[in-house]
Amino acid sequence: MGNILVLAEHRQGALRDISYEMMAIAPGLAQDMGGEVTVLLIGSGMDELAKKMAAFGSKVLVVDDPLFEDFNADKYQKVLSALIDDLKPAVVMTGHTAQGVDFIPALAVEKNLPLVAEVVSLEYADGTLKATRQLYSGKVNATVAFKPADTYLVTIREGVVEPPDASADGAVEKVESPLKDDLPYRSFVEYIEAEVGDVDITQSDILVAVGRGLKEDKNLPLIEELAKAIKADIAGSRAATDAGWIPHDRQVGTSGKSVKPKLYIAMGISGAFQHVAGMKGAKTVVAINKDPEAPIFTVADYAIVDDMFKVVPKLTEKLKELKG
Amino acid sequence: MKMFVCIKYVPDTSEAEVKVNPDGVTVDSARFSFDINDADNYAVEESVLIKEAKEGDITVVSIGPKQSDVMIRMAMAKGCDQAVRIEDDRIATHDPLMVAKVLAGAIKGQEFDLVLTGCMASDDGHMSTGVALAEELGVSHASMVKKVELLDGKVRAHRELEGGLLEVVELELPAVLTIQTGINEPRYAPIRGIRLAQKKELKVVNLDELGVDPAVVGLDASKVVLEQLYIPEVESSAEFIEGEAEEKAEKLASILVKGGLV
Repeated sequence: MGNILVLAEHRQGALRDISYEMMAIAPGLAQDMGGEVTVLLIGSGMDELAKKMAAFGSKVLVVDDPLFEDFNADKYQKVLSALIDDLKPAVVMTGHTAQGVDFIPALAVEKNLPLVAEVVSLEYADGTLKATRQLYSGKVNATVAFKPADTYLVTIREGVVEPPDASADGAVEKVESPLKDDLPYRSFVEYIEAEVGDVDITQSDILVAVGRGLKEDKNLPLIEELAKAIKADIAGSRAATDAGWIPHDRQVGTSGKSVKPKLYIAMGISGAFQHVAGMKGAKTVVAINKDPEAPIFTVADYAIVDDMFKVVPKLTEKLKELKG
Repeated sequence: MKMFVCIKYVPDTSEAEVKVNPDGVTVDSARFSFDINDADNYAVEESVLIKEAKEGDITVVSIGPKQSDVMIRMAMAKGCDQAVRIEDDRIATHDPLMVAKVLAGAIKGQEFDLVLTGCMASDDGHMSTGVALAEELGVSHASMVKKVELLDGKVRAHRELEGGLLEVVELELPAVLTIQTGINEPRYAPIRGIRLAQKKELKVVNLDELGVDPAVVGLDASKVVLEQLYIPEVESSAEFIEGEAEEKAEKLASILVKGGLV
């Protein structure tokens, strides 16, 4: 039977979007594989969240135990390992998230199961499960086929599908925790909230954002001039904040902020998925990049394929002139 | 502190177009410059910072071609003590689970406190190798680490979650940490270090010499097949502004002003 076990993800009392998104992928795949979807929730005090996941119509299994008050990769691995033995799912699906990546590869090694990570789509045909994923920051796609196995492990990229309607009424079933005691070798200590800076870029009307293409911080005045001319705030991709050119609280992307300005000007940013996820809510996007194949152009409204160092000074000058 | 740091030699494709070779499963990397994977560079720096604070010994482990010796020497110039480079074309490098088995082969049987590696490779980006390696070695782990605090027999790792939230976990040593970019400021190799690095041991081994059975890490052993690489169509509805650089800039400025966007 081609059953699919979907691990719903939650944090600080709320389900994460990826949990809903997987419900747009799993049912169709289960149908093709001749099986059903079962959702798994691991946590403590899961009644509300279980009800929400049941609204997608599939059965929800809940491992509800104070042992799982906080996420713990090793505990999750133990639970999944035991449930794979019990339920023998054809596919175990989790998010390619800070949770998923923290234990699925270890589970794959432990159970000697195949894994394809950060999958953007799945297809089952003629008895073979194939996954599509991306390489080189989204510049290359790869089709990866699983060799026949009892269980396939996949982690799904966030934000690749819209969540489906949730108005059904699936069954909720509690299962006893396969894990009885705390694990001595890893413990949760605390969450630390992201630092707050002088400018909240989630509230900005106009953002000029720079990436790796800025090359070094001595080129920053070029961007500051442009920002000043159009009263924009400055933001950056992960590469720009890692390099220390832009403060960390101004990082746009999955590990930073999600922004929704009226205008977003991306300069020297290739547009890896992680960045785009944070800025696709912008109303108008301008992208300037040397590489005509840069993924940033897929979300741009206006595009310039050229060297930002040749374009930006003139752009600033002309904007100043036109705006008087 | 006895440490291993696992690093990968990757092409820099950040501002370049990538082309797929006629074989359909490799990319034409001849035009690219190669260097240490970004996150691995931070892992090297973190290991050197720990060594400077606590004393210790760092062994670099890398799977790669002769050309990557330059990268390995650079890590040793920064403070790593010795290196093992595994060169063998029988490794199914498309599968991080196979790569983890090979890396484990270079570490198993030796004492260590920490294994550091980057949390993601910039080329294939599985984010899987480090966590799989921990399981191969039978030790605890934390991934996407943005801060490392060493305690007595334990390590506190600050994991970077979505939205910039940090999850602090405590692990018993030995442990594997996969390091996230931005954790520190990687140094440039000092001239003196570069000279010293030439005298440090860089052992080159194949799978047989490493004691890893090629049959368990090869294409037949891998349970996944890389079938096809292709360039995704850039479906862009963008208006591409044409002309010389300055012309484009002027046109864009008019569009922004006339459209009331600025």
